[in-house]
Amino acid sequence: MGIAEKIEIDAKIENLDQVLGFVDTFLEKCDCPMKVQMQLDIAVEEIFVNIAHYAYDSEIGQAEIRIEKEESGQIKVTFIDSGKPFDPLQKEDPDVTLSVDKRPIGGLGIFMVKKSMDDMQYVRSDGCNILMIWKKL
Amino acid sequence: MTINKNADGDKLTIALEGRLDTTTAPELEKDLKTSLEPVKDLVFDLKDLQYISSAGLRVLLSAQKVMNKQGSMVIRNASEDIKEIFDVTGFVDILTIE
Repeated sequence: MGIAEKIEIDAKIENLDQVLGFVDTFLEKCDCPMKVQMQLDIAVEEIFVNIAHYAYDSEIGQAEIRIEKEESGQIKVTFIDSGKPFDPLQKEDPDVTLSVDKRPIGGLGIFMVKKSMDDMQYVRSDGCNILMIWKKL
Repeated sequence: MTINKNADGDKLTIALEGRLDTTTAPELEKDLKTSLEPVKDLVFDLKDLQYISSAGLRVLLSAQKVMNKQGSMVIRNASEDIKEIFDVTGFVDILTIE
């Protein structure tokens, strides 16, 4: 059997450290290599910050984050919010070949997640955004 | 995160220690707004930087844009993991990484 934990928290930037602490504590229990931990931290940060910024407009809403180690040995992280529908996978990738003066300042977060995770899926269900990411240990 | 600055004439070396993420990047951004003004030669020493997310990359990109107008900027001593992030984001082509 795999192991799983979850946290429910206000989706605001001030809670990022707490969310990352939750994720890192879990990953340490799984003997996660440093590099994978960094990649998962980045993914969790980018997704949580996205929810905090966009899901509930100016209001504060909740986010639920579940992390589990599947029997296959993969880490799966699920993010659930009840904010407005948003599928980050539909967002166009930034052009990473542009010169420094033409590169826009933003738009990199989800792209970094897509590049570093093994798989990502989004579903909208019961008024919730559910985003799942997988990464092999 | 700790920001250690060492100025020598118009050369500034900024050593970053810890994590450059959504929580700490604004601190560096604010610092750079004033400290870059007289600088022609900017060096970021990332030897003790453990982590960088897109918020941190944004600050480095802004600094590069400023330095393109008034001098040069180099990144030194980045770890392999951080170099890989520069790689996938295309930053390896727009920053000078030594």
